[in-house]
Amino acid sequence: MYRYDLTDKTLVQERVAQFRDQTQRFLAGRLSEDEFRHLRLRNGLYIQRHAPMLRVAIPYGLLSSAQLRTLARIARRYDRGYGHFTTRQNIQYNWPKLEEVPDILAELAEVEMHAIQTSGNCIRNTTSDHLAGVTPHEIEDPRPWCEIIRQWSSFHPEFTYLPRKFKIAVTGAAQDRAASLVHDVGVHIVRGPNGDLGFEILAGGGLGRTPIIGQVVREFLPREHLLSYLEAILRVYNLEGRRDNLTKARIKILVRSLGIEAFKKRVEAEWELLRETGPRVDDAQIARMRAFFDPPAYRVLPNGEPDAGKETEFRAWYRYNTAAHKVSGYRAVFVSLKKPDMPPGDATDAQMELIAHLADRYSYGEVRVTHTQNLLLADVEQGKCYELWQALKGAGLATPNIGTLTDMICCPGLDFCSLANAGSIDVAKLINERFDDYDYIYDLGELDVKMSGCMNACGHHHVGNIGILGVDKGGEEWYQITIGGAAGADASLGSVIGPSVAKTQVPETIARLLDVYVEQRQPEERFLDTVRRLGVKPFKERVYAAPLAA
Amino acid sequence: MPRRLLRDRQIAVDEWRYVSEAAADAAEPLIITFDQWQADPDTWLARTGRLGVVLAPAHNVERLAPDLAHFALIAAEFPGPAEGRGYTQARLLRERWNFKGELRATGHVRRDQLFFMARCGFNSFELPEADLEDAAAAFSTFSAAYQPSNDLGLALKLRPGTAASA
Repeated sequence: MYRYDLTDKTLVQERVAQFRDQTQRFLAGRLSEDEFRHLRLRNGLYIQRHAPMLRVAIPYGLLSSAQLRTLARIARRYDRGYGHFTTRQNIQYNWPKLEEVPDILAELAEVEMHAIQTSGNCIRNTTSDHLAGVTPHEIEDPRPWCEIIRQWSSFHPEFTYLPRKFKIAVTGAAQDRAASLVHDVGVHIVRGPNGDLGFEILAGGGLGRTPIIGQVVREFLPREHLLSYLEAILRVYNLEGRRDNLTKARIKILVRSLGIEAFKKRVEAEWELLRETGPRVDDAQIARMRAFFDPPAYRVLPNGEPDAGKETEFRAWYRYNTAAHKVSGYRAVFVSLKKPDMPPGDATDAQMELIAHLADRYSYGEVRVTHTQNLLLADVEQGKCYELWQALKGAGLATPNIGTLTDMICCPGLDFCSLANAGSIDVAKLINERFDDYDYIYDLGELDVKMSGCMNACGHHHVGNIGILGVDKGGEEWYQITIGGAAGADASLGSVIGPSVAKTQVPETIARLLDVYVEQRQPEERFLDTVRRLGVKPFKERVYAAPLAA
Repeated sequence: MPRRLLRDRQIAVDEWRYVSEAAADAAEPLIITFDQWQADPDTWLARTGRLGVVLAPAHNVERLAPDLAHFALIAAEFPGPAEGRGYTQARLLRERWNFKGELRATGHVRRDQLFFMARCGFNSFELPEADLEDAAAAFSTFSAAYQPSNDLGLALKLRPGTAASA
């Protein structure tokens, strides 16, 4: 993985000193609330319902075991013993004290971590495929490019006061596991006409109040121009994005109002002027970055069937919670943070420490955070999966549900977030209570359920196969249900099935949707495909045919 | 009381006046608005004093480019703490249009923005009077940078490979 050099170390340490000074000036009354708000937000610090919330960047989701141990220690020392992993591969702490945040940042800096630009109207953490570098059929490992973007975007002098937040995702495989089509900019590694490596660049995707799928701005960008092209996009956005209305300030609104062709023209015109004078990624830099992500010294092992003859429980876990690896004899192992009685994406300090230990023992000391709010040990020998499973199981980290109904994406909701209209965590709990039969869950197959406590859509409900959106109706928590959304390479936005339902009716609503699927599906057809084939109508009719019990 | 500001990292007394501030003598340095300039450039060129112009965030600096030789100062306005267009205006003026005169940040300008503003090419800053004494420290917030830029006197270390192409 990437290791800091003197420049990186200097910058994070200077950032800690800067934020310490800003916090002290605020506490001494020398900075107003509003002035401090703009500063703390660019350092991941929100003022939430109960306490400040600190969002720490995990660049493209990659952690060393030492970093994860520090995250565990911070959870214990400064928080209430847990952290929440997010869809953008960050971790959030919900209970730090404002005056202690500079100390937290100092501890993070010691392990080459930070909270720089994890909130605020600036370029956020660059996210990527959690299977980067290990998945078969990858064009190239996207992580060196993520790190190049991370550095370029950190403290970018021109783009730190954008109209609104700006999120970039990079992928290098055909299957899009980073939701890049709903990012402000999606960067896809592709091969050009001559087999040269380059990028397809998309812009204007996003969720929130106005969900939009990103569109192609450039089909092939030679690799050395990546940063100058991003500068051109950002510059057009910085100058022309709306600043009069926060809900219309994302780049997606600019792209939509100009139309993709006019937007493209502006970007290309700006890039023509920038391509020779702007930043250029030279071969030496690419080689230097790639070297950080060289594969570990894998052993030469045959592919095996480590689940053969083992108990059903392990076989189910192996099937659902491990993924194919490009190196024979290895698997990528998901650590499920979707235990039915835990808020989705949460891990305790003890769990984090155990996972760090298991990473050292089984996966070259590295851990990854997935977009779906789980963790991943990417390089596990197949023959070690059984003992790893036992260790994970003992800590409640082996719920065999990856990619199924109960592997829900979920925002913190009304329990923590001051923006939320409704709870999410308690709805996840109700769904888990209703659907606890694994035979049924496995029979349903691949199913993405995504839940947001408000229209800001942190839980990506628009692109859930089943999306659940919390809405406030006269002070009561109600839920709007959508179906047919998808976040991958075939991304689509879900359609609302009808009037919203009460909290206690959500599980029954989902059950009725699933009944239609089970009755109408064709062989091998996923829920998403059935919805696409049949449309919303039969699902809607079933849900509202008989009154939903409260 | 005359306005004081930070210019080239020193506290200085501002010799410039905005049109809105006083009926300046024709020989005194005067900052007019972009609209005033557009409406009637000849009137302003008839003055003997140096001329400056203040840009609103929405102004396209390209439209000012043919006239840059007439201006010893360009000010970019920051109406509030969230405003960010001035950073791009500054870089374009310095890097694309090669403006060499005083580039000033006016409006909501605070010490915590100075580092980025300086990196974009601003060299003078209208800060609240109470902030002036401490603000210069902001220029040394960071001693290194990831992006090539036209830093004026910040002398930041750039890592090899991050430089702009020649």
